[in-house]
Amino acid sequence: MSKKDFDVIVVGAGPSGNAAAYTAAKAGLKVLQIERGEYPGSKNVQGAILYADALERIIPDFREDAPLERHIIEQRMWVLDDASFVGSHFRSEDYNKPPYNRYTIIRAQFDKWFSSKVREAGALLICETTVQNLIMDGDKVVGVRCDREAGDVYADVVILADGVNSTLARKAGFHGEIKADNVALAVKEILFMPEDLIKQRFNVKDEEGVVIEMIGKITEGMMGTGFLYTNKDSLTIGIGCMLSDFKKNENKTSPYTLLENLKRHPSVAPLIEGGEMKEYCAHLIPEGGFFAVPKVYGNGWMIVGDSGGFVNAVHREGSNLAMTTGRLAAETVIAAKAAGKEMTTATLKAYQKALDESFVMKDLKKYRDMPKVFHDNPQFFTTYPELLNKAARTMVTVDNIDKKTKEREIFASFKTARSFKGLVGDAFKLWRAFR
Amino acid sequence: MSEAKPALKPAGRGRNLELSDELKAYKGVWVFIEHERGHAHSVSWELLGEGRKLADRLGAQLCGVVLGGPDEDLDRFAKEAFTFGADHVYIMRDPVLKGYRNEPFTKGLTDLVNKYKPEIVLLGATSQGRDLAGSVATTLLTGLTADCTELDIDPNTRALAATRPTFGGSLLCTIMTLAYRPQMATVRPRVMAMPRAEADRTGTTSEDTLGLIETSIVTKLLDFIADANSNKINLPYADVIVSGGKGLKNPENFKLVFDLARVLGGEVGATRPCVQAGWVEADRQVGQTGKTVRPKLYIAAGISGAIQHRVGMEASDVIVAINTDPNAPIFDFAHYGIVGNAMQVLPALTQAFQAHLDQRIKKVA
Amino acid sequence: MHIVVCIKQVPDSAQIRVHPVTNTIMRQGVPAIVNPYDLFSLEEALRLKDRFGGKVTMLCMGPPQAEEALRKCISFGADDAILVTDRAFAGADTLATSYALAAAIRKINSEQKVDMVFTGKQTIDGDTAQVGPGIAKRMGLQLLTYVSRIIETDLENNTITVERRGEGGVQVLKTALPCLITMLENTNEMRFASLPMMIHAAAYQVRKWNKDDAGIEDVSKIGLKGSPTVVSRVFGPTPRSEKAQIFNLETTSLRDVSLTLLQSIFTVHPTLEQDLVEKFSA
Repeated sequence: MSKKDFDVIVVGAGPSGNAAAYTAAKAGLKVLQIERGEYPGSKNVQGAILYADALERIIPDFREDAPLERHIIEQRMWVLDDASFVGSHFRSEDYNKPPYNRYTIIRAQFDKWFSSKVREAGALLICETTVQNLIMDGDKVVGVRCDREAGDVYADVVILADGVNSTLARKAGFHGEIKADNVALAVKEILFMPEDLIKQRFNVKDEEGVVIEMIGKITEGMMGTGFLYTNKDSLTIGIGCMLSDFKKNENKTSPYTLLENLKRHPSVAPLIEGGEMKEYCAHLIPEGGFFAVPKVYGNGWMIVGDSGGFVNAVHREGSNLAMTTGRLAAETVIAAKAAGKEMTTATLKAYQKALDESFVMKDLKKYRDMPKVFHDNPQFFTTYPELLNKAARTMVTVDNIDKKTKEREIFASFKTARSFKGLVGDAFKLWRAFR
Repeated sequence: MSEAKPALKPAGRGRNLELSDELKAYKGVWVFIEHERGHAHSVSWELLGEGRKLADRLGAQLCGVVLGGPDEDLDRFAKEAFTFGADHVYIMRDPVLKGYRNEPFTKGLTDLVNKYKPEIVLLGATSQGRDLAGSVATTLLTGLTADCTELDIDPNTRALAATRPTFGGSLLCTIMTLAYRPQMATVRPRVMAMPRAEADRTGTTSEDTLGLIETSIVTKLLDFIADANSNKINLPYADVIVSGGKGLKNPENFKLVFDLARVLGGEVGATRPCVQAGWVEADRQVGQTGKTVRPKLYIAAGISGAIQHRVGMEASDVIVAINTDPNAPIFDFAHYGIVGNAMQVLPALTQAFQAHLDQRIKKVA
Repeated sequence: MHIVVCIKQVPDSAQIRVHPVTNTIMRQGVPAIVNPYDLFSLEEALRLKDRFGGKVTMLCMGPPQAEEALRKCISFGADDAILVTDRAFAGADTLATSYALAAAIRKINSEQKVDMVFTGKQTIDGDTAQVGPGIAKRMGLQLLTYVSRIIETDLENNTITVERRGEGGVQVLKTALPCLITMLENTNEMRFASLPMMIHAAAYQVRKWNKDDAGIEDVSKIGLKGSPTVVSRVFGPTPRSEKAQIFNLETTSLRDVSLTLLQSIFTVHPTLEQDLVEKFSA
């Protein structure tokens, strides 16, 4: 019988780690969770949107005491030109019927709450402790080595939930380096604003909230998106692009400059006017998609959350994938324990199976070509936003020109910009990517 | 281990905010005059200056209290106290009061308070003052407010309104002791301005006995080891201070701060993060948990102006701030601001001041 | 020896911010930490335990979440931790706090004789430095504040000799046990907890005492009722009415800015210029 202190060691106390630790502890397993930050969430950055469905499957009654900002009733998608935008809004009273589907949250508070639940469930959490290495017995992971005296601790399985900057799996040789074109660098600010002002500006009452997703000239041709979320008494505004694009960018525009420009955009500035900037942070988001997901299980180990690249950049979903993969990993362990099985690669393959059958891998698979398509076709971030905006302006402006002429003008502008072949090609590429 | 005997029982059940008639009879503003080996701590005079204003508003007497050994020059301290506004000084002389110790000093001050019943007692927030204030307030079972930045008399209740920073200095709060007497407060050195001395002002003194013998006192003062005087950093009393913050980027750049300070004959200060990072000695820390300063000129280089630093230096006559961030909070309360890189600005200022002073000195010579 | 160390859990004031609009404290998301000054006292107590053997008991009066702070102290090596928590304690000022803690220490003493009590020099949220002296007074303990070094501890004769920081120097004081000590900051360096200690602390069951468990005899002396000081108002610092005169280096040369600044300062402060000239002429 090999040495063992715990059934499960979870490395990291972010959403995926908490989901895994909570699920395992609730089922009666002996869990040790190790977080390198001062407290859970101190190293985390997120938009932040909470997808209720994913959390409901872990903590069904989370709404009772989880710190939630606003529930989202309206989603706006904007395509921005230099001084205008074309957009679509979806707002529904259905979203005002509880249980609510999405909420804006403030990560610092949310992670603290989630972590308290994890401990209530019986898991042991230690912070300010960094796992430096996995302890191997041949090719089997048997424990972790931490940066404290007598820092070795052993378990049947180690779940790596250590985020986008994870080095543990890489050090152990489970996968290679993160590539710059698989990672986005995003920056965000929290701007404080009186509740009443937020309600007025965004046309919401009580605890209703709005989400605005933006693409277009704001990313200077780089592949990326911007966002604006309403919290109770603050706004979160952010923007991010692929790290490889930042590196290639001729103007060497920094993420911070992109954000400043976004804030000054005539469509955005009036919404954030009067907001007091009180928090600024930056983070890497794994956005390589399907092809960038490494091997996520092996002999005595599993990977969940950002460190497995589980992010759906197209829909800006990351935390729900994090929580879901954390839950699925724990459920795999629980099932294996119940069946008296060892945590071998063969046993843990059930985790991959569960992932493939869930929306996690299904969505990633669906959008697997997206990163490449957008990467190789910057026109989607520059030319098309321009054309769409121009087209909208042409049709919306009332002047002496007859409508038929206007339509012809619009088609002509598209054809000039992209050529007929190009237009068809672009449509095809988009269709392929979304399929 | 016994429960201390209270001098007065606070009235009634529930939160008491009414002053009993017995306590209404407490009159007078007292300032504890702290001294060590022949020197009075100037915070005592700063408190007399403030105490005078409070006493005038109350129409009450301002008194000093000084405790010490029979061979210590307590009368000289009393004379000085009169020049700073005291009307009367209570003196307690006893061999066991030579050199500060908690037990005899607590008994001495407590006995005097119980006998003469002042409504307000002020002490400096020094190591001696805080040690004594906490013990005396607990013995008297009364309220004590520490590290006050402002003292005033509330017109409605005639109570002492003591204002101090709270939550790390982010906010201020005003605290009052409504139903207990005396109202006690401590104030840090240099927070209140040094009053002007009126040389011909006099007052009265009185003597009281302590009634403690050495053998009954458990703690013995074996020795006093003075600090080595060389290179003593005297931040609180400097007229010119040049301070550096984390905006200087690395400890080597502090040299530029020292250069400017040298040309101006001033001291070098720093923010808490710099001290914590080990860039300069802890004695140079200006701020809420460091020193309070009130120089004629305070130059802040690479300092954001967070409230914890601000409360330590905002009483400076002229504040010059150098910061690359035009939105840095320090520009909200500085008199002059330069938006720029301290590493370039500091040498330029050093040169300009040096050139100017050289010229003026030549003229004088 | 049995040492009781009192701590307080405080918001990390370095991370506290004021809401720019409502001017209230944003406590949300500000991490709570062990009052940093308390750690110097704890480390000193642990060193005494290392030397003489015995037990270190942690004591804290606070809300339920203060349990975390006590747990941290267990990870450093404390043997036991007691959280005195009860709604009746809410709103306590330093007088009411020292009453409650003194009662709790008396209770602890009845379980196992207490030789020394350590408290932090002051808290970073209250800064009063009053609770230590308050406890000592109520319990008749010899008080030693601002201790920079413990020179000698003689358990046979029950005495302790320390260096105490005063103005311009240190006092050497000798007194009898039991005593209460507050340590000066930076007098020692906190040890690092080993991994087994961290895990032990994570699993440790902190003892919780309500007001009866803590031996409170007179409830009028605790909480808001037992607090002579009243907070009459809380407010933000008033912004200066006059804005700073800003020099922008993009429009003016550094040299010109320096000269203009100089002139302005010396115009406002002719005496300053005079003093400097005199000082350097000498």
